[in-house]
Amino acid sequence: MQAIKRFVLLSAVLAGSASLSQSTPRQVIGVSIPSADHGWTAGVVYHANQAKAALEKKYPNVQIIIKTAKDSTEQANQIQDLATVNKIGALVILPQESAPLTRPVANVKAKGVFVTVVDRGLTDPKAQDAYVAGDNTAFGRVAGEYFVQRLGASGGNVVVLRGIPTVIDNQRVAAFNAAVAKNPKIKVLDAKYGNWNRDDAFKVMQDYLTRFPKIDAVWASDDDMAVGVLRAIQQARRKDIKFVVGGAGMKEMIKKVMDGDQMMPVNVTYPPSMIADAMRLTVESRVTGKPMKATTIIPSVLVTKANAKQFYFPDSPF
Amino acid sequence: MSTPNPPLPEVAPPRVTPRSVLTRLGTLGPLLGLLALAVVATLLNPDFLTASNISNVLTRAAFTGIIAVGMTFVIISGGIDLSVGSLAALIAGSMILIMNSLKGSLGAGVGTILLGMLAALAIGALAGLFHGTTITRGRIEPFIVTLGTLGIYRAVLTYLAQGGAISLDLDIGDRYSPVYYGRLLGIPIPILVFAAVALLGGLILNRTRYGRYVQAIGSNEQVARYAAINVTGVKIATYVLLGVCVGLATILYVPQLGSATPSTGLLWELDAIAAVIIGGTALRGGSGRIWGTVVGAVLLVTIGNVLNLTNIISVYLNAAVTGLVIILVAFFQRGRR
Repeated sequence: MQAIKRFVLLSAVLAGSASLSQSTPRQVIGVSIPSADHGWTAGVVYHANQAKAALEKKYPNVQIIIKTAKDSTEQANQIQDLATVNKIGALVILPQESAPLTRPVANVKAKGVFVTVVDRGLTDPKAQDAYVAGDNTAFGRVAGEYFVQRLGASGGNVVVLRGIPTVIDNQRVAAFNAAVAKNPKIKVLDAKYGNWNRDDAFKVMQDYLTRFPKIDAVWASDDDMAVGVLRAIQQARRKDIKFVVGGAGMKEMIKKVMDGDQMMPVNVTYPPSMIADAMRLTVESRVTGKPMKATTIIPSVLVTKANAKQFYFPDSPF
Repeated sequence: MSTPNPPLPEVAPPRVTPRSVLTRLGTLGPLLGLLALAVVATLLNPDFLTASNISNVLTRAAFTGIIAVGMTFVIISGGIDLSVGSLAALIAGSMILIMNSLKGSLGAGVGTILLGMLAALAIGALAGLFHGTTITRGRIEPFIVTLGTLGIYRAVLTYLAQGGAISLDLDIGDRYSPVYYGRLLGIPIPILVFAAVALLGGLILNRTRYGRYVQAIGSNEQVARYAAINVTGVKIATYVLLGVCVGLATILYVPQLGSATPSTGLLWELDAIAAVIIGGTALRGGSGRIWGTVVGAVLLVTIGNVLNLTNIISVYLNAAVTGLVIILVAFFQRGRR
């Protein structure tokens, strides 16, 4: 008898607390991102932490858990833990790689977790509820259009440094080539991989300088690589190169644009802060109950001296 | 008789049969490989032989080349070190942070830079001491110890840099840059340092008692112990030597870009080990040659250079070409085993 009474009492209390928590639902949001292994991902980690602080302050019932992973396997394990241990209601994920993470993400979604995928799409879009991404095509196109406009009717010789062989890099380079093809006087001499790495870009640029006696402009396609490219040009004391365009919005490069540097007149954004946008949109939609747009594209814009200030984050590691 | 008796064909000739010719050729394998590559490169692009290109190639080879000279000692003694790339990155980051913080009290002068260099050598030596001690006294496989530190060093650097870049103060960078970009008698300084390190390494390995001990330990550690060689001490010293080489390479590397990022020195360990092996040092230890290592380091860099100077191979296949050349050079050396 005593036991049954206690059991009834206990379940009444539990039911009460459950209904209480339902009136102010507590939201646990998991964020899974690559660990900071180069400049851009360092920016992602920085902006994710900034967004966590801001969102948790704004919505006291929201708890955000950020996990960083060094590879796809680790990331797959982490999202499994987030779903089973932390009982997350929503997942914001920037996948290390598309194909290997599609199944794990689909499994999490099947458990009723709302999934927002950032930047790198999954191979099966059914595994996600919402998609937030930068515009890789625009990243290449905007840079290419600047080359067309800047080099003008006389055109010129251009060399390109590519990133790492990936779909992202292919999209960017194809869009750049398509944009500069509008001016037949612009000649793309060669495009080799600099692996989004300063040292490799330095070597590739040195060899371009050996090989081509006249280069008018360089599309470094990334700010880390632009660092190496500028040093190689400086070392060779070549005066024929009019300008270098990197991309992604590294703070040092944005600073150069702000200061009116001759060699670095513009930059093209591919902001690591897109993770913060994705987190904000996801949290807002969870809290207010309003559905989130299926696809949100963060545009790649041309940074010039006039608007550089709004892209400058001096505290970010990137 | 006017004609001498023909020697017994079965006994004497084997010493000059194709096999022994191959053996001799095998020793020169890496050099022949490099020459063949240079010829091909010149045919593909005459700019290959310009002084500026050759100096670019040799300067690039200096980083992993200096490390590879130290690595030769470790490998000959029967060890291995997988951590050198991560260690170079950590040293680069640490010395930049140290110099930046010294600027406040010492200014952006030579003193600051010298202290930074000293710190680089000290960190390298300490890391080597740690490796050597853990491997010999702790009795852990060198592969495991250095696999562990490979992860540790890079993680610490990534932590220090918050995943981004650690950048050298601009004023210090200006004063420091001649160490990489400067020339002495028209030769870039990194090449001169590389040559000096190789020369010194060759002397130590072939002309000193210590060098003979290293080779003896690598060829048979047990016998070396019976011969009253201080095996533990000699082994620790090889790792310290390598650590100092890594420090030296980093001292030359830092003024190049004035920054350290988590991708600094990535895969340098494989380049260094490949240079040693291409150069004819046996991976199982016992014997090796410093000059071979130097040629190996230059060969590896040349492949990348040639691929950048030409357009005939799809950029997707660059790594395949490197792999193929490594295997080919090793093939021509196999006569020695």
